[in-house]
Amino acid sequence: MNFVNKEVVIIGGGPAGLAAALELYKKGIHDILIIEREKNLGGILRQCIHDGFGLTRFKESLSGPEYAQRFIDEIEKLKIPYITNTTVLSVTKDKKITAASKAGFMTWQAKAVILTMGCRERTRGALGIPGERPAGVFTAGVAQSYINLYNTMVGKNVVILGSGDIGLIMARRMTLEGANVKAVFEILPYASGLSRNIQQCLNDYSIPLYLSHTVTNIHGSSRLTGVTVSEVDHDLKPIPGTEKKYDCDTLILSVGLIPENELSLSAGVELDQRTKGAIVDENYQTSVDGIFAAGNVLHVHDLVDFVSLEAERLSDSVSIYLQNKNLPPSNVKIITSPEITYTIPQYVSGTKNFNLSIRAKEPLKDCKIEILQDGSVIKSVDMKTVIPAEMINMPVNYKLIQSEKDLEVMVKC
Amino acid sequence: MKQKYDVIVIGAGVVGSAVARELARYKLKIGVLEKNGDVCFEASGRNSAVIHGGFAYDLGTLKAACCVEGCLEFDQLARELDIPFKRTGKVLVGNTEEDYESLKRTIKNGKINGSVGLEMIDEKRLKELVPAVIGKFAMFSPLSGIVDPFQYTIALAENAAMNGVDFYFNNEVIDIHREANGTYHIKTIQNNFNTRWVVNCAGLGSVKISEMLGIHGYRFGGTKGDYIVLDKRVGPLLPMPVYPVPSTTYMGIHVTPTMDGNVTVGPNADYVEDFAYYGVPQRNMDYLAEDASTLWPHIHKSDYISNYSGIQPKWLEGNDAIKDFVIEARDEAPNTINLVGIESPGLTSAVPIARRAVRLLADAERLHPNKDFNPIRKGILRFSEQSDEEKARLIAKNPDYGEIICRCETVTKAEILQAVHNPLGVDTMMSIKYRTRSMMGRCQGGYCQMRIAEIIQEELDLNANEVLYGRSGSNMFTGKVRG
Repeated sequence: MNFVNKEVVIIGGGPAGLAAALELYKKGIHDILIIEREKNLGGILRQCIHDGFGLTRFKESLSGPEYAQRFIDEIEKLKIPYITNTTVLSVTKDKKITAASKAGFMTWQAKAVILTMGCRERTRGALGIPGERPAGVFTAGVAQSYINLYNTMVGKNVVILGSGDIGLIMARRMTLEGANVKAVFEILPYASGLSRNIQQCLNDYSIPLYLSHTVTNIHGSSRLTGVTVSEVDHDLKPIPGTEKKYDCDTLILSVGLIPENELSLSAGVELDQRTKGAIVDENYQTSVDGIFAAGNVLHVHDLVDFVSLEAERLSDSVSIYLQNKNLPPSNVKIITSPEITYTIPQYVSGTKNFNLSIRAKEPLKDCKIEILQDGSVIKSVDMKTVIPAEMINMPVNYKLIQSEKDLEVMVKC
Repeated sequence: MKQKYDVIVIGAGVVGSAVARELARYKLKIGVLEKNGDVCFEASGRNSAVIHGGFAYDLGTLKAACCVEGCLEFDQLARELDIPFKRTGKVLVGNTEEDYESLKRTIKNGKINGSVGLEMIDEKRLKELVPAVIGKFAMFSPLSGIVDPFQYTIALAENAAMNGVDFYFNNEVIDIHREANGTYHIKTIQNNFNTRWVVNCAGLGSVKISEMLGIHGYRFGGTKGDYIVLDKRVGPLLPMPVYPVPSTTYMGIHVTPTMDGNVTVGPNADYVEDFAYYGVPQRNMDYLAEDASTLWPHIHKSDYISNYSGIQPKWLEGNDAIKDFVIEARDEAPNTINLVGIESPGLTSAVPIARRAVRLLADAERLHPNKDFNPIRKGILRFSEQSDEEKARLIAKNPDYGEIICRCETVTKAEILQAVHNPLGVDTMMSIKYRTRSMMGRCQGGYCQMRIAEIIQEELDLNANEVLYGRSGSNMFTGKVRG
């Protein structure tokens, strides 16, 4: 096999890949290739025709395609190379990449690889929802794709399980297309989507949201005829006797996203069981030298603006990596208290300022987030509210790090 | 319009498809009537997918004879039909003295049945075979194996179709009557057929068909078994099926690798009267995981990707004892071959059962060999299994191999197109899934199902509201969003 040399290969032309490419180009690295499996750049934003994107970055409310187009226009203007309709089949530890497209079977040898493959949805099977297996059960993103990209209507009488953002968006979208959205059920005692989406997608359309409820049975031997919903207790176990049947022909699942790391695993990248994404340092370098990751492939974000920012920070590191051929070792581990689901990064070198992304486990009010090293607090931030749906981003000055001992991130109320 | 046949086979499960293929070896006009939209939508596609050694069945039964015969000839069959099959071997794991005695009896019984290579192995050897297994000793059956039950049934049916057999899907039989001249008139929900012979391979519906043929007295008990499918991540931890020590009526909950590298866990055995309900209850999933974890400790909810269930048509005696396979020609229904109670090990036994059925027919009239019969069928080449060089060559020859439709299983547009234009003319989403593995991976169609639904519509000129998931009535969509 004949491997074509590239300085940087970016796998995935969604928001993370696009932002990474532009930033690298601005830093003087021009031998870039973005590989995208779809026929157009833009990733999942292509099907997100609702607005609300870019409020942080552009200070205006854009639709998903509009947000993506701002980046794509720049890519085109700068003539940054990209190929579409091309699926990467493998990535190796030594950064060899194979891909397939109608044009042929292709192979590259990269100096650095940037993983920006995004995420996929959790499915019914992964949740293990009991019952029959009729047509009419869709994940929210699949339903969104059918409706927005394929002009295909998935159903008329709808129940939604999970209050993730895409589920909320789809409650509104299907209502606007004439469907009857009966209710949204959330197993947790609080909503998992953004507050603004609860207001704009459910409350504004009088769609009820039932917390601490889940679907406990699915009915229908051919097309869905209904679902049984039960209340759950503190351990999220269904309470017998609370079953209620809802007639519907469509069940939309918005029950979580999982970073898509099959290619990362093939390259030997170590994953974090909490994020299902790579373990990275403040340079967004994975456990494999020269392989970097950002965006939803690293951890699931709630706002695309943060995806773009993360990818830009990654590009800083990649440009340094390519100039110096290596980055300082990251030996300071970041550990978390039980109120925190995870942090990104999981390790730091302590040689440069970094952004700490923190995902809380449950909603909290009036608390402090503290970073400790060797028993003493090196940083403390007051938080009025903390909710799992909204990622906390905190800049950390490297000078605060005194040694190679673990950094502990804690929530204090 | 009436279609005229020499033989009508009712049911396109693995047995009906095998019977059709065996009949095609002779100069006969053959039709197969299937109530579902594709082959193996019921028992044939809803099981553990194990090719059994034949040691577990009572001496002298058809189950024992057909199973041993089927197991021994499976390599040749798999070669002819180009289907995924692997002689993985299989272990029945025990812990107590009682287990030990029971396994020794199974070996003795198996040897008399003609099952080859059975032996008791100690814990050390067991751990060599399956390092993750929990148990003190086991019976090892080296010739047991695993098969892809969909590809297997599809291949039998396609090979029959290649050799001139006509398949009619969505044709549930609602009436059969025999005219004065001996011709059978069969009415389905959408057609009428005339035939000189009828072969009943209706599986779960075989008692109903028996009654229509005038053969009374059979009674079925449905045994429903649920399964959990685990992610390929754990596949490497299970090189062969691991079973507990069986009772006389039930194999027990086992863990089984699939041909594609997943693992299935199941089945329980619930007595059911509704033969169309395939729901999997929560308590059964929990029970399966708990019970099978005592054999193999890698069953975790985070690796669940799907679940399914199957129902076995067990022929019951008055005292509810499970009876043998029935392959019969009865005086009260001349020119019929009646197959009843074909449950496990039906998958292993399908071809031997079919040969016996055809022999009964040949006993009644002289059959003339079809000199053009070709037993060789080629399956859809799997891009994902080719070397890089071969992948490059395939794309150069046909660019559709360069368009990956299903990411998880690396299924290309070229494969999807071959599946959409399959020799049986079936067109559901499940049909494409079974033929290509698309939509079967971890994302369960999240990435590819829109593309596949679009290709079905484009290639077969269907509207969105005509696309079916599987069974009739399982419409995927209500129509277009706009215009």
